[in-house]
Amino acid sequence: MFELIPPAIFMIVAALLIGPARGHLRTAIVLAAPLITLWFIWQVPNGVAYDIAFLDYRIEPLEGSEVRRLFATIFAFMAFVGGLYAYRQARWYELSSAYAYAAGAIGVSFAGDLITLFLYWELMALFSTVVVWCGGTPEARRAGVRYAIMHLLGGVILKVGIEGVVVHTGSIDVQPMLATNFDTWMILTGILINAAAPPVSAWLADSYPTSSATGSVFLSAFTTKTAVLALILLFPGESVLIGIGLFMVMYGIIYALLENDIRRILAYSIVNQVGFMVVAIGIGTHMALNGAAAHAFAHIIYKALLFMSAGVVVYRTGFNRCTEVGGLFRTMPLTAICGIIGALAISGFPLTSGFTTKTMISQAAADESLVVVYMLLAAASAGVFLHAGIKFPWFVFFQRDSGLRPKDAPWNMGAAMVIFSVLCILLGVAPELLYRFLPYPVEYEAYTPGKVLFYLQLLMFSGLAFFLLLPLMKRTETISLDTDWLWRIVLFKLAVRLFRLASAGGSAVSNTARTTLFQLRNIAQRYLGTSRHEPRPGVFTRAWPIGVTALWIAVLLTAYVLVYYF
Amino acid sequence: MNESQQTDHWLARPATIKLLWRIFIAVLVVLVLVQAFIYIKGYFGVDGWFGFGAVFGFLSCLAMVLVAKGLGFVLKRPADYYDEGERDV
Repeated sequence: MFELIPPAIFMIVAALLIGPARGHLRTAIVLAAPLITLWFIWQVPNGVAYDIAFLDYRIEPLEGSEVRRLFATIFAFMAFVGGLYAYRQARWYELSSAYAYAAGAIGVSFAGDLITLFLYWELMALFSTVVVWCGGTPEARRAGVRYAIMHLLGGVILKVGIEGVVVHTGSIDVQPMLATNFDTWMILTGILINAAAPPVSAWLADSYPTSSATGSVFLSAFTTKTAVLALILLFPGESVLIGIGLFMVMYGIIYALLENDIRRILAYSIVNQVGFMVVAIGIGTHMALNGAAAHAFAHIIYKALLFMSAGVVVYRTGFNRCTEVGGLFRTMPLTAICGIIGALAISGFPLTSGFTTKTMISQAAADESLVVVYMLLAAASAGVFLHAGIKFPWFVFFQRDSGLRPKDAPWNMGAAMVIFSVLCILLGVAPELLYRFLPYPVEYEAYTPGKVLFYLQLLMFSGLAFFLLLPLMKRTETISLDTDWLWRIVLFKLAVRLFRLASAGGSAVSNTARTTLFQLRNIAQRYLGTSRHEPRPGVFTRAWPIGVTALWIAVLLTAYVLVYYF
Repeated sequence: MNESQQTDHWLARPATIKLLWRIFIAVLVVLVLVQAFIYIKGYFGVDGWFGFGAVFGFLSCLAMVLVAKGLGFVLKRPADYYDEGERDV
């Protein structure tokens, strides 16, 4: 009985109840709903649970498998810890939309058909936009509009692809395919837009940092990782993904190195990390797909932890930029330590979750003899340590003394950070805990002395590079142009030009119309006059003598008789 | 000046920072030398060379920082760049 209930329902109900509930009841809903959802997620059996007739289709709202449960689990757990982090600071509508957003992610995880997948996909797009808007600033409002346009566009492209596949194959099942024709390319494109793949990666770094201190924690977790799951389910082994993923990896590093906004650095590193997963899905072997799933799981935890740490800084100081903060470790030791743990985990330092999951992807590349991919991933691992592993904690918590002495995290934010910090280390020390739940049997040993030494050399010497090259990485009060420049500036200016052209054309037309009307009025005045009492009335309004009128009537009647006769 | 350094957090004192640098360099040296005793399996030959991880890590970071610096000249704009663009309606 229980296994027939889609777990996403509970999150949707919670999202609806958070608004009307008050005080402790609201807290109870925020904290209990994700845990109840989690329990139901583990009741979902493998395979399609049931189907429903809808129009001519068989809808499968609930299909279970190892990888689906794995993603749904981390989404629900993320909602729980995010809820704990946010519930005392965030507004109720931010919590409510974040829960609806999480419901979308969990719904996508169990979608057995493309129609269900699409519906939950759009649910995510809608409510994540609201979460961006909850930033409350004019920048957040504008970034939210751009975010919504991008995701609705992505949704339309995805829908075009789904319609094509349904019409041409007759199947709406979520099943592995390759990008071989227009339909499948459209589906792939729609998913990749959500994964922040090039050329539209900019939406992510544009919108996430404008959300509130609590909102960015939720945003970091769901959209890109549901896209990763969708790619695992629909396009495993699609080799075009290797190139796209490698581009994302390098893009994230370079842009993060240039960036000054604390949370934007982390946003770029989401693109970088999702790039690792996209590469793995492109490789497509069992080892690679295990690596992608495990890395997504670990990534959600340490990335949310990093955003939590940055969120506390933003919440306590009100500052967003590296140039405005520094030296915060003095009064924020807990936030600094948790931030450092997250930074070590994202860098894949041994004994953290990043090491036990990301190295699976490198191993998969080595097994397939993809030498360039392997080397680029190794270089990228060094680069991650550079741009996120050291740069984030260094510029925020150390660097110079900014003179700021903010208080450390409120207890609930601290508790959330501690939970995720413990998990980062736990999954690094005891990776079997996670390996058991991966989609394929794991034949991988994370800790061999040689591998640990190789990565320690790689990472510690990147650390050396960081401190030696610090003069080159001086923070500047700048932003970096991205492809969105094309529509934010070029397209915008073109539109302004077109608007001006159109209004010039419009005023020409209205001028002509005005002249014509003026002439018509003159004619009318001449014959009809303007008023009965003016000195020279119009032709038809003058008072003619009765004889003239009788004469005209006689002429008219004669003319009528003549016309009638002939 | 000296007094303020004494009252500052112990982690921010110059003496501590000097010590940390020494420890850091010692760790780097040990990490390379220890490869004489621990075998690193090279998947493609070159990655098993002595000190490969160290050199590769350092050089790729150097390359990435330089590329970022170079692109920065082209891509960097003042932080209010888009605000001005969007106000120009």
